[in-house]
Amino acid sequence: MILDGKCPTGPIEKTWDKHRFDLKLVNPANKRKYNVIMVGTGLAGGAAAASLGELGYNVMAFCYQDSPRRAHSIAAQGGINAAKAYPNDGDSIYRLFYDTIKGGDFRAREADVWRLAQVSNNIIDQCVAQGVPFARDYAGYLDNRSFGGAQVSRTFYARGQTGQQLLLGAYSALSRQIKAGTVKMYNRREMLDLVVVDGVAKGITCRNLITGEIESYAADAVCLATGGYVNVFYLSTNAMGCSVTANWKAYKKGAYFANPCYTQIHPTCIPQAGDYQSKLTLMSESLRNDGRCWVPKKKEDLGKHPNEIAEDDRDYYLERKYPSFGNLAPRDIASRAAKEQCDDGRGVGPGGRGVYLDFSSAIKRVGEDTIRERYGNLFEMYEKITDENGYKRPMRMYPAPHYSMGGLWVDYNLQSNIPGLFVLGEANFSVHGANRLGASALMQGLADGYFVIPYTIGGYLAGVKPSGTATDNPEFKKSVEDVNNYRDKLLAVNGKKTVSEFMRELGGLMWENCGMARSKESLETNLKKIPALREEFWQNVKVTGTGAELNQDLENAGRTADFLEFGEVLCRDALHREESCGGHFRVEHQYQDGEAMRDDENFCYVGAWEYKGDGKEPELHKEPLKFENVHLAVRSYK
Amino acid sequence: MSDHKTMTLTLIVWRQKGPNDPGKFETYTAKGITEHHSFLEMLDVVNEDLIKSGKEPICFDHDCREGICGMCSQVINGVPHGGQDRTTVCQLHMRKFKDGDTIYIEPWRARAFPIHKDLIVDRSAYDTIIQAGGYTSCHTGGVPDGNSTLIPKDIADYAMDAAECIGCGACAAACPNGSAMLFTGAKVAQLAVLPQGKAEAAARVKNMLNAMQECGFGNCSNHYECQAACPKGIDVKFIAKLNREYLKSLFA
Repeated sequence: MILDGKCPTGPIEKTWDKHRFDLKLVNPANKRKYNVIMVGTGLAGGAAAASLGELGYNVMAFCYQDSPRRAHSIAAQGGINAAKAYPNDGDSIYRLFYDTIKGGDFRAREADVWRLAQVSNNIIDQCVAQGVPFARDYAGYLDNRSFGGAQVSRTFYARGQTGQQLLLGAYSALSRQIKAGTVKMYNRREMLDLVVVDGVAKGITCRNLITGEIESYAADAVCLATGGYVNVFYLSTNAMGCSVTANWKAYKKGAYFANPCYTQIHPTCIPQAGDYQSKLTLMSESLRNDGRCWVPKKKEDLGKHPNEIAEDDRDYYLERKYPSFGNLAPRDIASRAAKEQCDDGRGVGPGGRGVYLDFSSAIKRVGEDTIRERYGNLFEMYEKITDENGYKRPMRMYPAPHYSMGGLWVDYNLQSNIPGLFVLGEANFSVHGANRLGASALMQGLADGYFVIPYTIGGYLAGVKPSGTATDNPEFKKSVEDVNNYRDKLLAVNGKKTVSEFMRELGGLMWENCGMARSKESLETNLKKIPALREEFWQNVKVTGTGAELNQDLENAGRTADFLEFGEVLCRDALHREESCGGHFRVEHQYQDGEAMRDDENFCYVGAWEYKGDGKEPELHKEPLKFENVHLAVRSYK
Repeated sequence: MSDHKTMTLTLIVWRQKGPNDPGKFETYTAKGITEHHSFLEMLDVVNEDLIKSGKEPICFDHDCREGICGMCSQVINGVPHGGQDRTTVCQLHMRKFKDGDTIYIEPWRARAFPIHKDLIVDRSAYDTIIQAGGYTSCHTGGVPDGNSTLIPKDIADYAMDAAECIGCGACAAACPNGSAMLFTGAKVAQLAVLPQGKAEAAARVKNMLNAMQECGFGNCSNHYECQAACPKGIDVKFIAKLNREYLKSLFA
């Protein structure tokens, strides 16, 4: 089937304004008759719940954490992009649009990206009004820094904790609506099913993580803002609770999963130290404003203290390979370059999987105090984890799974192929194409939440009759039964291997065979091994405790079971996409110098997978991508 | 990769089945721990052993494991977050301990934070305090340009120092009075110094302090245990600011 993104046509700079005008409205007195479910309360979900509540809708918001303030958006460090052009350096909405399309390796919709760039400026204003303490200069003006994939400074930041401050801004707006009674907050709930009635999304079933109770909620529309899925690699920069579960349950109820193979491996993370490790820690891309990446030129220097390696014996490989962007090359490119150096036997640290990120030139130029002011908390974090002082010796870095560009398929209104199901933020696939530029995730989350869904959901609700919150339709009863049965099945296996042993094994397969470099052979290996591992899981997993209590082992078991299914679809998508683009690198498709070789003739489309039943191959649907404003070209940062 | 020396530790851990269970300490052994394990990764190892022997693992809150989400919450050897300066439990590493150590692990203990299970407590009281006024009442959209109001760097920095709070609850857990004044003061101070927050400053401080008391938190009597335990190093000067703002609100 050919999918239609329902993008507005005409001159790109008018598309969003025209579409907004064309959308139907719900009058203020009628809004209170509509109920909306918001699953996830990070930047996208928190901002959306607050904004929809303020408009007058009745919102029920759900999160698995103990408070909406803890969503993993909080961990974003470096900043948020906007086309304010305050530094007078040639930025514009068009340039942000262009950079994002190019950064995504020409695999995103033009209209969606234009809208993102257009509303980016409103986001900064909104956050300032909330009291977000962005960095300011001595005159009191907002300060900017640079990020990868751009030659202008358009990134706004709050020390190394921009995500935290923006999330707390959205959380404060949400708290205000909770107090006002327009939003009812359900903490410590995990969505375990989407309820679809006559083909329309009408509610969710979730588990109360404190009591273990299975609860259903009904509404006129369901929004998922449930984040990304790179914990499928087990070791990633995501929080431990991040999972594909909400998206996966929606997929199994008919929502299409788009471009699952587009995963972002972030170039600067603290290298793995041991097999027991539970997560990898990111060091913000902003560090590459002042840090220079290098490895020794000569293998015999590998054992030396980095400060003793002469300047001439260092290979500043990003500056060498990409002179115009240098250390600020985009993430996919910087990650592959780091891997290349390590594959060449010149990686540093344990196992030879690391590159140096060196601040000595910057410290010489501006002084240690300035560097501390810019990134102090990151240096502290690095020292806590590695016991090394980043001011005195170069940091060691290695790429790690960080973000998922793929997600549930949505049209221009952020509505999935299931009417009434909307998907926001990282959980959808919409704007980042095959690679996300730094400081664009925060931008997308807040754009979707504050400035897109409040309009587009109205366009949908204006056309449906309010159906109340009663869960008496048989579909709800069936959903609760299904969730109960599934839980009992997990508990009944009573095998010998722990949940985390399975998750580590799956993560290992994904990283080894479907990580930074993928081949037909490696992906076919995974397509055999993952189903076998899944089968073993259902015969040999050990889950302790009962369903009717706080049971973290059971929570993890459910998430792992979903990853064991999802990982296969991710590999299938990667196998079918016979090209390299952005974060998806197929070794068969590269230029002589190792750069990614796209195939626009055959793969310039969004690939969205439809669930066809357990044990059956999913069906691929395509949405062709048209580029009318940005010329399709080989993406070069040289 | 695992060629490090390993440690064996004795853990004395608070186990409590539910809010109404009296709870008690249980003793466990953590084996094969290296200096690079984080404290929570050490507990992961213990839990894997427990699961394999058919016992219930120790429940504890955790999520980002990089010191920013504020979810992790354990009192280690009597000190919230374990006593390393400006460090959450998840960022505490085992190199701070030595082979043969005995470690006591307890949940936050404060009247306003009832225990759900084992080391997991209910911190919704902090949400209640924020809901009482920890925001500016701006609407989505219709706000002025971000640069239309200049905010001098020292004011922006002061606000940011206060805004770094991660809402973990260590301040109340460390306080002999179970007070949340560092938490409340940090939010009041952040918004009181920014031009965007000044309009509602008086109502905000009153409402937030009322909520704090209604939730069962005590008041400050200058022990400064909160600042010592705070993983973000939030300064007690924000409590002084809270008191000043409260006084000012009485004349507003």
